[in-house]
Amino acid sequence: MSNTATTETKPAAPAIEKIKVKVDGRELEVPKLMPDWQGKLVPTTMIQACELAKTDVPHYCYHPKLPVAGNCRMCLVEFGTPALGPDRKPVINPDGTPKIAKSPRPAIACATPISPGMEIYTQTPGVKQMREGVLEFLLINHPLDCPICDQAGECKLQEYSVDYGQSASRFVEPKVHKPKAVDLGPRIVLDDERCILCTRCIRFTKDIAGDDALGIVNRGSYNTLTAYPGKVFDNNYTLNTVDICPVGALTSKDFRFQMRVWFLKETKSICTSCATGCNIIVGSREEKVYRYTPRENDAVNACWMCDHGRLNYKWIGRADRLAEVRRQTSEGRSEKTTWTVALNEIAEKLKKAPHGSVAIVASARQTNEEFWLLKKLADKFGALTDSIGYFGEGDKLLLNVDRTPNRTGARLIGICQANVGIKMMVIADSIKVGKVKTLIVFGEDVTKSSLDAELLGKLDTLIVSDILPNETTKRAHYLLPGCAHVEKRGTFTNIKGRVQKFMKAVEAPGDARPEWEFLHDLVYNVTGQDGFLTIEGLFNEMAKDVPAFNGLTWAGLGDTGVTVPT
Amino acid sequence: MSTAHTEPIPNPLQRQSGFAASAALEAEVDELVTHYPVKRAAALMVLHAIQEQFGWISQEAVEWTARKLELQPINVYELVTFYPMLRQQPMGKYQIKVCRTLSCALGGGCELHQYFCEKLGLNAHAHGPQTTKDGKFTVEFVECLAGCGTAPVMMCNDAFYEGVSHKKADEILGGCQ
Ligand code: SF4
Ligand code: SF4
Ligand code: FES
Ligand code: FES
Repeated sequence: MSNTATTETKPAAPAIEKIKVKVDGRELEVPKLMPDWQGKLVPTTMIQACELAKTDVPHYCYHPKLPVAGNCRMCLVEFGTPALGPDRKPVINPDGTPKIAKSPRPAIACATPISPGMEIYTQTPGVKQMREGVLEFLLINHPLDCPICDQAGECKLQEYSVDYGQSASRFVEPKVHKPKAVDLGPRIVLDDERCILCTRCIRFTKDIAGDDALGIVNRGSYNTLTAYPGKVFDNNYTLNTVDICPVGALTSKDFRFQMRVWFLKETKSICTSCATGCNIIVGSREEKVYRYTPRENDAVNACWMCDHGRLNYKWIGRADRLAEVRRQTSEGRSEKTTWTVALNEIAEKLKKAPHGSVAIVASARQTNEEFWLLKKLADKFGALTDSIGYFGEGDKLLLNVDRTPNRTGARLIGICQANVGIKMMVIADSIKVGKVKTLIVFGEDVTKSSLDAELLGKLDTLIVSDILPNETTKRAHYLLPGCAHVEKRGTFTNIKGRVQKFMKAVEAPGDARPEWEFLHDLVYNVTGQDGFLTIEGLFNEMAKDVPAFNGLTWAGLGDTGVTVPT
Repeated sequence: MSTAHTEPIPNPLQRQSGFAASAALEAEVDELVTHYPVKRAAALMVLHAIQEQFGWISQEAVEWTARKLELQPINVYELVTFYPMLRQQPMGKYQIKVCRTLSCALGGGCELHQYFCEKLGLNAHAHGPQTTKDGKFTVEFVECLAGCGTAPVMMCNDAFYEGVSHKKADEILGGCQ
C-alpha cells in the first residue's frame, strides 16, 4: 500500500468519454456514463446533466442513491435532439449550427439518458405548466396542514408549491381520507394523507436496508403506503426513510414536534457510536442538541446513518454532566477548584514523578489531537498507555462491531495496540506492586476493567477527566470536566483510516473545557512544548509528528476527510 | 419521545380460522410456479387458485402465498388490494355484476343496480360489493363488460346477460336457487 494520504478510497477510474449537451441554451460537456445508485457506470441521465449544469430540476421520487422509479413526474422537461436528414446526416441550419428537432413530448429527466447534441429545456412555459399540473394533482387529497406538520421548513411539497403551486385549490370534491398517525414501528409515525407515493421509503428499506417491509396498497386515489398489518417496521436504518421522505408523511417519534427545523443550527460532525464514523449534521438550538441527521460522504456512509447512532445523543444534555473542576484536599474531602489551580498542581506532581511511575488510560472516544497530547505526556514519563475496547454486533451496511469512534487513531498515535486493552493487566499489576503511583484516566470508568476500586486506592494521584459521573470519577484526586464531541472540535480516524473532522455545535456545561485545550496547557507546563494553541495548529503539528498522518492538514481534510493507510 | 396519539397499522384483511391449503392446491401452486422464470411472477395465478377454492383471500391466504413464493406478505397484500376481482371477504353464492361504464351508464346500468339493491335490501350507495345477510347474493358495479351495444349489461356469476330490463332481472334472481 502506498504511504501517501488520499481523498479517494478507490483508484481513479479510466477516463470516460464526454459528450456535449445544452441545458437551457448553455453548452457543456458531460461524461457519457455516470454512477447510478450503486455506483455502477450507466448512461448519464438528463437530471444528472442538469445538475452538472447547476440547473435545479424539481423532483420527488428521484434520489441519487436509490434505484430510479420515475413515478412522480415532477422532473418533466422538454428537450430536442439534432435533426437527421433522409441521408441520416445531421441537418445544418443556414448559420452552420445543427438543426434541433424538438421532441413533441416531454420526458422525465430522472430516467431519460442524454445523447450527443441533446438540448434540455427546463425553463419553458410548457415545463412550468407541467410542474404546476403535477403539483395540483399531488395536492388534490393532501390535507394542506403545513402549520401543524413537522416537515414544514424542509418539505419539498411546500417548497415546490411556493414555486409552482396555486394559491387557491380548484378541487371542490370531498377529499379521500387516509390513515393519520399510523404507528409504523418503534421509531416512525406515518401520516398517509401527506404521502405523495414517491416510493423512496419502499426502495430504501428494500434495496439499501435489505428489509422489504413497506408497500403501497389499494388503487388510484386510495393508494396508501403501509407496512404489513401486524408487522413492525423496525430495522436499524428506519429513520433514514424520514430523511428521504420528501414530505411530512414519515416522521421520527424522537424528533417530531420537538423543534421547528428552521430554528436549528446545523453543524457538521461525526457520529461517535461506532468505528464507521458516519458523517452527520447536528441540529441544535440554544445549546441543546435536537437531532442528528446523516451528511453525505460517499467514502463513508453515502447518505445514510443507523438508528442506533442517530438516537445516541441524549447523554449530552444529561443533568448530571460533570461541570466543575474538583480536587481532593489532604483530608480527603472533594472541593471545587479552578482550572489554573488544578493544572498547576497536577503539573507540579507530574514533574516530580519518577520515570515509569505514571500510567494513562485513554478512551477510544477521544480525538486524535487529544491522543497525541496524551502521548506527549506518556513519552515524557515513560508511561504505560492503553485504552478500552467496546464491541457489539455489526451489520452489512454501516454499523461496525467496534463501538468506539477512534480506536484506529489511538493505535496509529501509539496509545493502544491493535489488541486494545491488552496492557490493562500490566497497568493493574504495576499499581499492585507499587511501581505506578500516578494514573491518568480519560473518559473511562476503569473500575469496570481490571483496575478495581481497591487498586485505585493504592495510587498517590488519580487524575480523571470525564463527562458523566461514575465510580472512577468519584475517586479522582483531580477531576477535570471534559466535553462531548459536539462541544469541541477535533478529528477521529475511522476503522478504514479515514481522518475526519467535526465542529462545535453547542457550549459545554459549566467549567467543562475541551480536553485538547487543557491537555495542551498541561503538556506545556510539564514539557515546555508549545506552539499549537488552536485546533488547526495542533492538528497540523500532530500530522507532522505522527507518521500515519504525515502530509495531512486541518484545512486539507475538508468536510469529508482523508483516508490514510492503516 | 413524543406522546402524541398514534394508531396501529390498519388491517382490512379478514381472518379465516382453519385456513389450510389442500394437497391439490399445493400441487396446483407448485405446478403454476414452474411456468414462470421467478416464483414471484406466479403470484396472481396462485391467488386466483386460492380464490377458486375458498371464494376469497384471507390474511392467512396472503401469508401462505408469501411463504410459498418466498416473498414478504406486504408484496402479496399489495396485489390483493389492487385488483378488485381478488376478494378480501367471502362473497355471496350469486355474484351480480352490473356494468357502469359509459354505454351502460347511459342505458340504465345505474337503475338496474339500484333495482337489485332495493330488491335484496342492500345499500345502493355504499362503496364496493354489497352482500345480503344470508350470504346468497352479492351486488356490485363493474367496468365495461364488452357488450356496450346492448346496454345495460350484467353478469351473474359466469353467465352474461344483455339488455337487462327489470323484468329480466327478476327472472335472473328467480333462477338463482
Ligand atoms: S411515505 Fe414519504 S417517502 Fe414514502 S412513498 Fe410516501 S412520500 Fe414517498
Ligand atoms: S453506523 Fe456507526 S457511525 Fe454510522 S450512524 Fe451507526 S453508530 Fe454511528
Ligand atoms: S423525479 Fe423523475 S419522475 Fe419522479
Ligand atoms: S359499457 Fe357496459 S358493457 Fe361496455
